[in-house]
Amino acid sequence: MDSAAILPGLSIIDQLPLLAVVLPMLAAPLCVLFGNRHIAWLLAFLASLFSFLFSFHMLLQVMDGDVLSYHLGGWAPPMGIEYRIDAANAFVLMLISGISTVILPYARRSIAYEITKVSHTLFYCCYLLCLTGLLGVVATGDAFNVFVFLEISALSTYVLVAMGAERDRRALTAAYDYLIMGTIGATFFVIGIGFLYSVTGTLNMVDMAERISTLEDNRTVQAGFAFIVVGMGLKAAIYPLHLWLPGSYTYAPSVVTAFLAATATKAAIYVLIRFMFSVFQPEFIFELHTFKWILMPLAILAMFAASLIAVFQTDLKRLLAYSSVAQVGYMILGISLASKTGLSAAIIHLFNHGITKAVLFMVVGAFLMRVGGSFTKYLNGLGKQMPITCAAFVVGGLSLIGVPGTAGFISKWVLIDAALQKDLWWLAVLIVLSSLLAVIYVWKVVEVLYMKQPDETRVLKEVPYSMLVPMWVLAIACIYFGFDTDLTLRSATVAAESLLSGGIK
Amino acid sequence: MTLDFILGHLNYWLFIILMMIGFYIVVARGNYIKKIVGLNIFQAAVFMFYISLSKVEGGTAPIFPIDMNIDPQVVYSNPLPHVLILTAIVVGIATTSLGLALIVRIREEYGTIEEDEILEIESKLQSDENSTEGASMGGRA
Repeated sequence: MDSAAILPGLSIIDQLPLLAVVLPMLAAPLCVLFGNRHIAWLLAFLASLFSFLFSFHMLLQVMDGDVLSYHLGGWAPPMGIEYRIDAANAFVLMLISGISTVILPYARRSIAYEITKVSHTLFYCCYLLCLTGLLGVVATGDAFNVFVFLEISALSTYVLVAMGAERDRRALTAAYDYLIMGTIGATFFVIGIGFLYSVTGTLNMVDMAERISTLEDNRTVQAGFAFIVVGMGLKAAIYPLHLWLPGSYTYAPSVVTAFLAATATKAAIYVLIRFMFSVFQPEFIFELHTFKWILMPLAILAMFAASLIAVFQTDLKRLLAYSSVAQVGYMILGISLASKTGLSAAIIHLFNHGITKAVLFMVVGAFLMRVGGSFTKYLNGLGKQMPITCAAFVVGGLSLIGVPGTAGFISKWVLIDAALQKDLWWLAVLIVLSSLLAVIYVWKVVEVLYMKQPDETRVLKEVPYSMLVPMWVLAIACIYFGFDTDLTLRSATVAAESLLSGGIK
Repeated sequence: MTLDFILGHLNYWLFIILMMIGFYIVVARGNYIKKIVGLNIFQAAVFMFYISLSKVEGGTAPIFPIDMNIDPQVVYSNPLPHVLILTAIVVGIATTSLGLALIVRIREEYGTIEEDEILEIESKLQSDENSTEGASMGGRA
């Protein structure tokens, strides 16, 4: 046997797929062992930063369609666990680790306000475990490994959400609801994997895909597909399965909300895409029916119903949570078009919405810190009192609507393009109409911030620079990716191509 | 559907029944601890499904003889599902313990672990908020 094929390469570059995932995992227990919140923060930040650099390096490596394959413990796939990095998951890895790296400097002051000091080291530990889980879900090429990492991230997420209980006790019941629904989702996913394993006898995704490709009419394969879609749909908050999301996002600490909104549902959507297009063939009749009769109607329902609910919210955090459900709808819509452009639209929206929502929830955290609540009543006239923070909200809001010159515009443009390519002009109209709902709820907040009379009795100053800078880094990214689409559009297109034409070789 | 079919798939029938019992408890019971119990039954059903998959007819425990002289006549069961389920059991325990810990905290804050009573307290909190902060649709829409 050729030993070079079995042993992972010797240089550090070849170890990157694993290192990006393992670094946060190793840093997590260290945070608790040191027991000092400053050291814990530094460890978390460094681990996250290196993960980001590694992910970025990998993205550059796979940008022209290459695939990095890392064999865990030197066991060659399909026997051993394989980490398989192509353009699709390198792009999502970069989003997750990048968002985490930007949010951590912000987290320091924000949790100092929202969580008691004793719990800070534990907070960073859970945060890192959550990051590990999300990165692992995306990096791995082994179906059961996805479940394990999914549960690592989910369990730490429940804890992080419950940490909001110091401000509002409803965080506890929100975390409990999330735990029940998340576990049901993950268990459905395992059942699906079990069905596929019983038919194919393998857990390696590439191997599985090869064996499934001839089994279109197999009832077990179809049942496995159904379980995986429902299970992941719960995790991704596809419209009728979104019930855990508004509560968790509303009552979790602001940092957690910003991080989860930008990454957690995105990782689940990535897994959906990976299974639908890589493991199962998108040409399967049952899959085409799922796209046309289940995913597309649900996506359209999400775009309108969730946006409409968002319009009537008075709590800014809950408003943005419902808007997240609506935005997941756009991603699912892109998937359901089952074309190269549609898939690129889903992937690019996954990225653009990630940075946009992170900005918006970070701004909410800043408001919370200064005025003590996120109800619109407290926000009257803040535009004059905290101009820099409010300007970041406006930038994020414009990107959420999809105004030209922002990142959100690019993803909606590609999505409409995908709809028109399929001659679904009515769908393009619906996308524009639902964006108008986004205009309403964003305008509602902007009106409160800039048009209402401020409460002159309270003296407010801007939040510290450690919070302003991360906010604006992402706000500027929202604008930057609205003009320079080279990185995002190119990686999304390459990712879509590799997913459709055989990330399977 | 012959008797042979029903008996031949006995493990799957049992798995489905157990799974549905667990799922029903999670959905129908209002007591938070009972929900966790239901979740456990639900997960246990899936574990059993996996383990029954690994049984090979006439197969023995997949342990090679110590001198590694493997007799090609001997049939071994598939060890992989056992390994997977070992991992899944650990995950299940972690979920259960976290769920129970949350229930302890909920009991401390709300004084009850019955879902309907907690929903009552929360909807009162919500309506208080609505009267002071302005009406919102909120809730479980």
